[in-house]
Amino acid sequence: MSMFQIFNVSGSAVSAQSQRLNVVASNLANADTVAGPDGQAYKARQVVFQTQLMGAGNDGGNAGVRVTNVTEDQTPGRRVLDPRHPQADADGYVTYSNVNPVEEMVNMISASRSYQNNIEVMSTAKSLLLKTLQLGQS
Amino acid sequence: MLNRITDTLNFQTQALTLRAERQRLLASNIANADTPGYQARDINFAKALREATGEIGTPGALQTTQRGHLAPLAGARGESGKDYALQSQTNLDSNGVDMDRERASFADNSVKYEATLRFINGSVRTALDAMKSHNQS
Repeated sequence: MSMFQIFNVSGSAVSAQSQRLNVVASNLANADTVAGPDGQAYKARQVVFQTQLMGAGNDGGNAGVRVTNVTEDQTPGRRVLDPRHPQADADGYVTYSNVNPVEEMVNMISASRSYQNNIEVMSTAKSLLLKTLQLGQS
Repeated sequence: MLNRITDTLNFQTQALTLRAERQRLLASNIANADTPGYQARDINFAKALREATGEIGTPGALQTTQRGHLAPLAGARGESGKDYALQSQTNLDSNGVDMDRERASFADNSVKYEATLRFINGSVRTALDAMKSHNQS
């Protein structure tokens, strides 16, 4: 039954999207953190998706998704002049993280839509399979 | 007589298998909507069904010219049946999934899968009715 593979495919997509949501959540949580004791502020993270062929005897039809790695945005963080801040450097500047909250919100909406799409695919496949099980009855 | 009924059943079974395969392909497309470089794929259903029922030859299929040659299994289909979808809008990450089209195809395929299920149910009921004795109510 090839239809059962849909749950593997959509399931992998759902877990990849939830990891993306996790990364967005940690980015947003750290949007206002300042540089730590090592002088390095939090860097925004992004997930990288890749197609993953699933199942034995794969004919190229079932392509799932997986997260291959999580990259860090290397753009310099926001610097604000605040000489009285405890974390200010010698010039009186405080380095904040380089998270762009607007970008993260857009990323969150996109991830949540993709998540919903895949859930709907799974529920459709489930109802079709249940109807297939009742074949010849009634 | 019964042979004729099971013939239509065979045809509908092929159609159902192909519908399931297309459903799986569309699910893969929707799953990879955010994967960079992924190209959406789809089946030309009418052509695939004609190939599966042997009405037209499958391109690249094995020829059986000698008695000892193995014939390909009924409904065996190769990579050639799957086409890459053309992008309607270009994308910076070269992802070729058009979500509107995929969702529409998915809904369309679900309805047609269910229709095929009902056709099979109808054929089975017809066969059972034909086998009933006339003095049973």
